[in-house]
Amino acid sequence: MNQKNILNTPLHVVNIGLEEFAQNLRAEGIDVVQLDWRPPVGGNDRLSALLASLDDGS
Amino acid sequence: MIIKTEIMPSFYQDSVILMRIAGKLRQRPGVKEAALFMGTPSNHELLGQIGLSTAEGVKASANDLIVTIAADTETVADDTIIAAKELLAERRQAMEESQEYRPRTLDSAVRLMPNANLVSISIPGAYARFEAIKALRRDLHVFLFSDNVPIEAEVELKQEAVKRGLFCMGPDQGTAYINGVGLGFANVVPRGRIGCVSASGTGLQAVAARVSMLGEGISHGIGVGGRDLSRQVGGLMTSFAFEALAQDAATEVVILVSKPICAAVKPKIKEIIQKLKKPVVICCIGTSDFNIDGAISARTLDEAADAAVAVLREQPWQPKCFTEHQVIKRKLSRMKDRDDLAGSRILGLYTGGTLAYESHLLLEGFLGPVGYNQPESDGHSGLILDLGDDVYTIGRPHPMIDPQKRTEMILEMGKRNGANILLLDLVLGKGSHENPAEPLAAAVKVIHKRFVKAGRPFAALASVIGTEMDPQDMKLQIKQLQDAEIDVFPSNAEAARFAALLVNPGLHNQFMEHKS
Repeated sequence: MNQKNILNTPLHVVNIGLEEFAQNLRAEGIDVVQLDWRPPVGGNDRLSALLASLDDGS
Repeated sequence: MIIKTEIMPSFYQDSVILMRIAGKLRQRPGVKEAALFMGTPSNHELLGQIGLSTAEGVKASANDLIVTIAADTETVADDTIIAAKELLAERRQAMEESQEYRPRTLDSAVRLMPNANLVSISIPGAYARFEAIKALRRDLHVFLFSDNVPIEAEVELKQEAVKRGLFCMGPDQGTAYINGVGLGFANVVPRGRIGCVSASGTGLQAVAARVSMLGEGISHGIGVGGRDLSRQVGGLMTSFAFEALAQDAATEVVILVSKPICAAVKPKIKEIIQKLKKPVVICCIGTSDFNIDGAISARTLDEAADAAVAVLREQPWQPKCFTEHQVIKRKLSRMKDRDDLAGSRILGLYTGGTLAYESHLLLEGFLGPVGYNQPESDGHSGLILDLGDDVYTIGRPHPMIDPQKRTEMILEMGKRNGANILLLDLVLGKGSHENPAEPLAAAVKVIHKRFVKAGRPFAALASVIGTEMDPQDMKLQIKQLQDAEIDVFPSNAEAARFAALLVNPGLHNQFMEHKS
């Protein structure tokens, strides 16, 4: 199984949501980027689903 | 009563901050209710449920903030809306002054941090799945705290994760430990040799804290989300986590923590555990028939930690009802109301879901039917409420963050369901309230006095899930509880057994002879 090793690597975290989680990680010396997240495309979740289906990660 | 609403267009703020501000506003004289919500479809529904949906509010879109105040007078409502705006402005200013650049998209974040390897997601469930799939498609591991993610989306996410060799820890996963670092609500524990695979957040916290108390540590605690062992999800992430820990040199013993496993998933999990070349402790609370040759079965969370530590130290292990019988005997002899409490009812008010579930199962085993999350079940020997359940958290933060709901319920004790024994948990750690013992102790003091005045017997019993390294100062937390005459036990299971012993003193011999 191709398990991308995270268990022996320092964490580098992107935090999407509760800022407190980012603050707690930073306090432990973990690298964190906090996203300025807003509901996408005016909060329309059907459009979000469509965009996600078009996203191939590249 | 006056209800007033103001919409703040394009003003996004995370739910915990909004709920904290709402909590401050509720304390203002004359304010009956304060609701600060983004205008998402689920929040509109929620405002309707709590009777605060207004003609202005329904116009808000998901990017708009709805501020709704219910107050005694129009002036109070107006002043409170002004106060809400001031608190929001203060918050925004503090954020801007931090001068931290915050990218708007995951791709920008990854450009900023090219070595990013994990995305922690705690946004509303309706959107969380889309951010999670984006992260997985960029080969990033996911910790998915958000709830309300549909189960079919969970299956899709986990299939994608497994295909790519990634963890998808959640949805609805409160806690995880990777490489010694706690994610979400987490007690600060030392790094060690015990690995956990957990379908429960507070279950993982309780095990990790106990392992720490016993002088050992956690290598990793892979949270898999509460539904992973359901028929639909089929243990996708549990299997993956076991395989990862099998290859992890730091992990010498593995503990599986969950609520009941779906029968259809058991054979798969059994096969994985049997293949694992490391000792395994199974703690599937409420699953009595899941015994695997070579693996140790633990009935409770404390037993799981104790057994794992014993295996690690190559020591014999036998389950005990109480860690120290002498301490229990002393506690019993000190209790003035002990005899009067026989036959009385228990009220368990929990902030940790798995702790509530564990107590419920133990008490039913000793005392017969006990109500669970159904306040009307008055005919039983007790009632256990999980105050983190959706029913109690509509529009309010989780009780580990904001204990107000529990305080209110303690103060109502005696008015209903005739319970004389209060059973409690206190969960410390990152993410939890900064001083949760203070409001708990204050409420118990008030209700205790009320019982004494009415000539009724009373006992309050608690366990504390915490470590010396937690931000709340565990010793001070315990002292505050003890000063309020709350008996503190080393584990939730012991507190529950002690409660059962008070109700039925006939259990004494059974408990003290190491059987249960």
